[in-house]
Amino acid sequence: MTTAPTALADAPRARRSLVPSPSFLRFLGRRLVALVLLAIGITLVVFVLTQLVPTNAVTANLGEQAAGDPAAVASFKRHYGLDRPLPVRYVLYLKHVAEGDLGQSALTHDAVTHDLGQFIPATAELAIVSVLLAAILGITFGVYAAMRRNKLADHLLRVVSLGGISMPTFWIALVSLYVGFYRLGWFPGSDRLDPGQLPPPHHTGLYTIDALVSGRWSLFVQVLHHLALPALVLAAFNVSLLTRYTRSAVLEVAGNDYVRAGRAKGLPERTVIRRYILRAALPSVVTVLGLVFANVLTGAVLVEKIFTWPGIGQYAYNAAVALDVPAIAGVSLFVAVVYITVNFIVDVLYGVIDPRIRIT
Amino acid sequence: MSEPLALPRFRRRPRLRLGPAWRQPLAIAGATIAVAWFLIAIFAPLVAPYDPLAQSFTPTQAPSGAHLFGTDELGRDVLSRVIFGARITIPIALLLVGLAAAIGGLLGAVAGYLRGIADGLVMRIADLVFAFPPIILAMVVTAVLGRGLRNAALAIVVVAWPSYARVVRGLVLSVGDAEYVQSARLLGASARRALFRDVLPNIAGPVLVLMTLDLANATLLLSGLSFLGLGAQPPHPEWGSMVATGTQYFQFWWMGTFPGLAIFTAVLAFNFLGDSLRDVFDPQTAWRSEDTQD
Repeated sequence: MTTAPTALADAPRARRSLVPSPSFLRFLGRRLVALVLLAIGITLVVFVLTQLVPTNAVTANLGEQAAGDPAAVASFKRHYGLDRPLPVRYVLYLKHVAEGDLGQSALTHDAVTHDLGQFIPATAELAIVSVLLAAILGITFGVYAAMRRNKLADHLLRVVSLGGISMPTFWIALVSLYVGFYRLGWFPGSDRLDPGQLPPPHHTGLYTIDALVSGRWSLFVQVLHHLALPALVLAAFNVSLLTRYTRSAVLEVAGNDYVRAGRAKGLPERTVIRRYILRAALPSVVTVLGLVFANVLTGAVLVEKIFTWPGIGQYAYNAAVALDVPAIAGVSLFVAVVYITVNFIVDVLYGVIDPRIRIT
Repeated sequence: MSEPLALPRFRRRPRLRLGPAWRQPLAIAGATIAVAWFLIAIFAPLVAPYDPLAQSFTPTQAPSGAHLFGTDELGRDVLSRVIFGARITIPIALLLVGLAAAIGGLLGAVAGYLRGIADGLVMRIADLVFAFPPIILAMVVTAVLGRGLRNAALAIVVVAWPSYARVVRGLVLSVGDAEYVQSARLLGASARRALFRDVLPNIAGPVLVLMTLDLANATLLLSGLSFLGLGAQPPHPEWGSMVATGTQYFQFWWMGTFPGLAIFTAVLAFNFLGDSLRDVFDPQTAWRSEDTQD
């Protein structure tokens, strides 16, 4: 990804103005409006779905004992507007969401926002490491496969990457834990830290960064050791995805006349690949990063339980098994909002890299 | 989890050359495994050595000559359960992909043909579905409808139809404007003829590719939902829920490994087939068995 952002290798690079152009601002504005509309749409979907729940919201939230108390039931109904018509309830729901009230988990008897706040850092750390891993490996493999098109390495990578997108994530998690932890003992089997180990002083909640900030190198290594297996498992699908996507993006560019012209004027193959092909192909690879992020988040729901990783994935798993609807709705709202925000950032980045798409 | 589909843009009437694709080893491997799974599903009672539900053996036996895949925590034969699992996953995957393609295709065609408000409405709903990662939305829908295979399958249809709507809409819009369709119409061909002779065949290819790859996605989603306990309920021998049991009996590796291998091979077969089919329709980035660079 170390590409000089200029097409002409020998021309001096023009300094780009730091003031955004009007066309870029218009593009940004349109994307922002779309983001807000989509976020409102998401709350509507989650609201409508949770309203369809056949279980009695009162007993589910208050428990049997409190449900017998008419005063408690009445105040619960008033708080969530259960005695009002649907549109009013939706507005009330939006107000609650804006205030950070996602209801109470039937499983933990805590506010869903409180639970989420507690579990997000673990998943965030795992997701970031996993996406980075997938991006580095996937893009490298993809470029390599494209450069060796129709050679043995290309065909091998095709089969391997198809295998990678065919494996159920929860199954590789189980198998790799059995082999890597139970059989070989190379990796720790659970949690973010060794048993009894206190977490580093809280700055970000991401243990890698917290450990580095407090200068505890051995703790940092321990955190990485615990991250390695779950991050690799979550990356497996995405490495394959990115390999395949990068390969076709590179091939689409590699046939262009300007690439041929570059070769014809005698540029070394290295320069042609870096400055001509990758410079044009990588922006479109960036657009899949949103999808990669979504895959990691959904993969987390399936594998965190197996690695007893204390994140929102495990929280969602437990909620799904117990049919804890407020918690499931809270997690899906959160994940969907993160997902559209990541996609928004990816879109804007793409607009920064490739000015052509600002028009559409 | 789905893969973005790079769909070909047709500018002129494309010629379908199915021949080379079927000479590819991947396509043959995919077809062989898929047919094997179909046959296993159909003839499960004949193929399976034991009753998949009978708790008649010593529990948690390691694989042996009598039980090739071992026995589970209740003393059931894992091989027989894996074989009968094909009867659950494969028909449901076929059915729900067909349903999603029919619903999505119809809505997409209507949107692309009518344009205007209908188009805006369908596409905005599709955007909303795409705003959720698939298994998350499927999870909410199943949680709301209640556990069970039927509800899990319905939830997957809910998350799967929009990709067909998008693809078919896009194709209807681009093919409808293509020069060969316009010229056919100018030469006096009826709208019906243009639709069936020119438009539909061009839509069928990409939709077929999408459906094959979606069989893979649907199988993964269905087993994922069952793994979460939202799909098949005990004692049904569903692959995803068998892996879930395997995670509880960690040291008895055969209980989770073999059902997972079944999911993997079935999904792999669909992906092999879909990917080979895509080569036929998208030659620019295709893998070829013969070396024909440039």
